[in-house]
Amino acid sequence: MKINIPTPLRAYTGGEQTVNVPGATVGDALAALTVAYPELRQHLYTGDGKLRSFVNLYLNDDDIRYLPQKEATPVEDSDELSVIPSIAGGCRCCCR
Amino acid sequence: MVKLSFSDYQALRAHGEETYPHECCGVLLGLATTDGNHVRSTVRAGNTRIDSAHNRYNIAPEELIRIQRQARKLGLDIVGFYHSHPDCPAEWSQTDFNEAHWIGCSYIITRVDQGKAVITNSFLLTGTDEEDKKFLDEPVEIEVSGIEIKQERDQE
Repeated sequence: MKINIPTPLRAYTGGEQTVNVPGATVGDALAALTVAYPELRQHLYTGDGKLRSFVNLYLNDDDIRYLPQKEATPVEDSDELSVIPSIAGGCRCCCR
Repeated sequence: MVKLSFSDYQALRAHGEETYPHECCGVLLGLATTDGNHVRSTVRAGNTRIDSAHNRYNIAPEELIRIQRQARKLGLDIVGFYHSHPDCPAEWSQTDFNEAHWIGCSYIITRVDQGKAVITNSFLLTGTDEEDKKFLDEPVEIEVSGIEIKQERDQE
């Protein structure tokens, strides 16, 4: 399946915007991704192996956190997985 | 340095005026080059923080996915984001910093006072990970019909 890599993480995929990895499930594909590009692991997961809170994973248009089988969700070669860090912020007049 | 056309510069400032007293937010599409992020298009996004839109913003990941697809079709990347600070300085806040995860991207902030955009600054998120990331003041270069104007940094 194809995994879309966001701009800040392309430094760890040799500049590739998308990478193709094997796998029968979302979890398999992610494991294959971090085997192929080991430096990505620390940017996606915390030290105890949990997905970082600001990293969103979308299988096509669905947030995997809300899929019944989550990372065990089966995937097809034609599916796309997108890694998308969150974007948020705001001012409370307490800048810097 | 972040480089953008005068029309894009105007568009992101106008967005902040339209959503005042709430924060606006959007995405900068363009190309990252050795001399900075060159913006080719700005895309408005919805602020999902309707609970506290006057001092918070959030772009839904679903919308980011859609914008990223749009960028790929245009041969562009996400090179940054913009938002407004209603009646607050055009400086990054601790919340902006804590919620910034797109290293290498430009974060443009416009101060909007009483509905009028007054100051626009940009900050480049640098570093290698969450532990050593930092915002650097970033010059803004505005292109006007082929002429490049380096904006003096706006001071509060």
